Amino acid sequence: MAPQPPQLSARRAQLTARLDQRDRTWWIDFAARAAVLLGGLSAILFIGAIFVFIATQGLELMGRLSFGEFLFGRHWEPTVEPPAYGALPLLAGTCWITGVAMLIAVPLAFCAAIYVGEFARGKQREWLKILIELLAAIPSVVWGVIGLHLMKPIIQTVFGVQVGLNVLNAGIILGLMAAPIITTIAEDALKAVPDTYREAAEALGASRWQVVWRVVLPHARPGLSAAVLLGIGRAFGETIAVLMASGHRLMVPTSIFDSAATVTATIAAELGETATGSDHYQVLFVLGLVLFLITFVINLLADWIVRGRRSR
Amino acid sequence: MTTPQPKASPLDFRATGHERRALSTQKLVRLGFLGVTLLLLLPVLGILVTLLVEGAPGLSLEFFLDEPRKNGAQGGIFPALVGTIWLTAVALAVALPTGVAAAIYLSEYARDNWLTRAIQVAIVNLAGVPSIVHALFGVGAFVHFMRFGTSILAAGCTLAVMTLPVVIVATRESLQAVPRAFREACWSLGATRWQTIWRVVLPNSGSGILTGLILVVCRAVGETAPIMFTGAVALRVLTPESVFDQTMALSYHLYVVSTQVSEVPRHVPFAVALTLIAVVLAMNAVAIYFRMRLRGRKKW
Repeated sequence: MAPQPPQLSARRAQLTARLDQRDRTWWIDFAARAAVLLGGLSAILFIGAIFVFIATQGLELMGRLSFGEFLFGRHWEPTVEPPAYGALPLLAGTCWITGVAMLIAVPLAFCAAIYVGEFARGKQREWLKILIELLAAIPSVVWGVIGLHLMKPIIQTVFGVQVGLNVLNAGIILGLMAAPIITTIAEDALKAVPDTYREAAEALGASRWQVVWRVVLPHARPGLSAAVLLGIGRAFGETIAVLMASGHRLMVPTSIFDSAATVTATIAAELGETATGSDHYQVLFVLGLVLFLITFVINLLADWIVRGRRSR
Repeated sequence: MTTPQPKASPLDFRATGHERRALSTQKLVRLGFLGVTLLLLLPVLGILVTLLVEGAPGLSLEFFLDEPRKNGAQGGIFPALVGTIWLTAVALAVALPTGVAAAIYLSEYARDNWLTRAIQVAIVNLAGVPSIVHALFGVGAFVHFMRFGTSILAAGCTLAVMTLPVVIVATRESLQAVPRAFREACWSLGATRWQTIWRVVLPNSGSGILTGLILVVCRAVGETAPIMFTGAVALRVLTPESVFDQTMALSYHLYVVSTQVSEVPRHVPFAVALTLIAVVLAMNAVAIYFRMRLRGRKKW
């Protein structure tokens, strides 16, 4: 075997080295991979950061706050001396308004979902879906103006009450805001029921309504409960519209014609007036933490229900 | 007289009385559901008409180009319009790259493991966090911790965190709509993963990303709570010059003129609301159009 000319083996070494080298394309690929991973991690980062930042801002006060008094105290008077931080009026207001909103939104939304999903066809169905989506797009502050300027006189004349900004007003506004979300999710749940089930029922002579009532609804039940949960989450967390429509009275409401205050609206109304780091400022962050934890649980629960159905 | 008779032959397909009744019940049920659906939609049409009727007298060229006077009771909304554009631009600049990157990761790289599930849970929860909690986060993280102060930058970042899930979901959906065969064809030519994404997948999912962008704009324009403590102010006649300035914003201006200022003529809040809703609905209509085009093209 003849020895190779030295130039050739040098050339070969050069070529092998180039093959071995990670070239520009490889590095771009690597950098892109790292960048998109970072993007993906940002969602976790942000949800973690939200928890950490809100918890730490209120941490110092939380050590001193009596939780029994915070949750069940009937007086929210953060600006008088000595201040009282009883969040019961806010929690009760939130529950009242969310409850009224759900009483209005759930029946409307379920009927709309059943009509769009099971009865409407073709163009009509597309149009209804678009309208429902546009309904969901109306900004919160515009709903607030509607509550303030349109609903208030209507409620005053129809029910003959003095105060037009009350639980009913905020509940109707919130109900209309939450309905499109419930409708969309409920319709998805109906769509997930296999068509073969419907066909089997129809082959047995069932009418469309019987199919819906006896076959589709029972099978879509987990998805429908997730829809209601997410609607509650939405109504619960709504801020500006409620602040404008509820009358913002810091007392436990006893009827739907009482003005009320919610947790969200209280934060929005009071955060601007507090000094950074003061007790009042901190207690608003504690309220924020309560809101965050409640919506977190609601969302996890809804996600779990939907996922559980899919895996089955 | 035609009394209902037993069918003469098995080939008589005319509806019997019982079948006719069943059909008319069915029609009634259908009509009932249509009625309730319209009950949900009619108030909205009413609201839109009222906004138009009450707000239209307040609209004029001066209204859009003038400064607010007497705390917004008179004059126009020009600084608020400019401020909203600034806020939206900052929110987009932060949310769009981050969201698209996250969507690419989830659709093109992620395996079915705990990390992917954690990211998905985080997205679902991020979308469900109340807007006022985002505001608190913005105050804690951007205004104080990052020392942005109350500024367009802080408010824009707060809006960006809030709209991130919207971008991710819209983009991921459109990335997943690109058939796998496209990617395989590209890989088989020796392209790297990133080359495939950059040259094949992304160009084929443009309308989805555009939908995400538009939805971010809608949210950023419409939201009030996240910006009211992080960068928006009630009255600042000067238009902002940098992202470290405070600014007026359309949504917050609407809140202020409806609740904080006395003796505002009735048409002013309606005119501002009309402007706001016109922008949001128009953007949404464009987003819906793009999504339908995307769906129509899905056959490839």
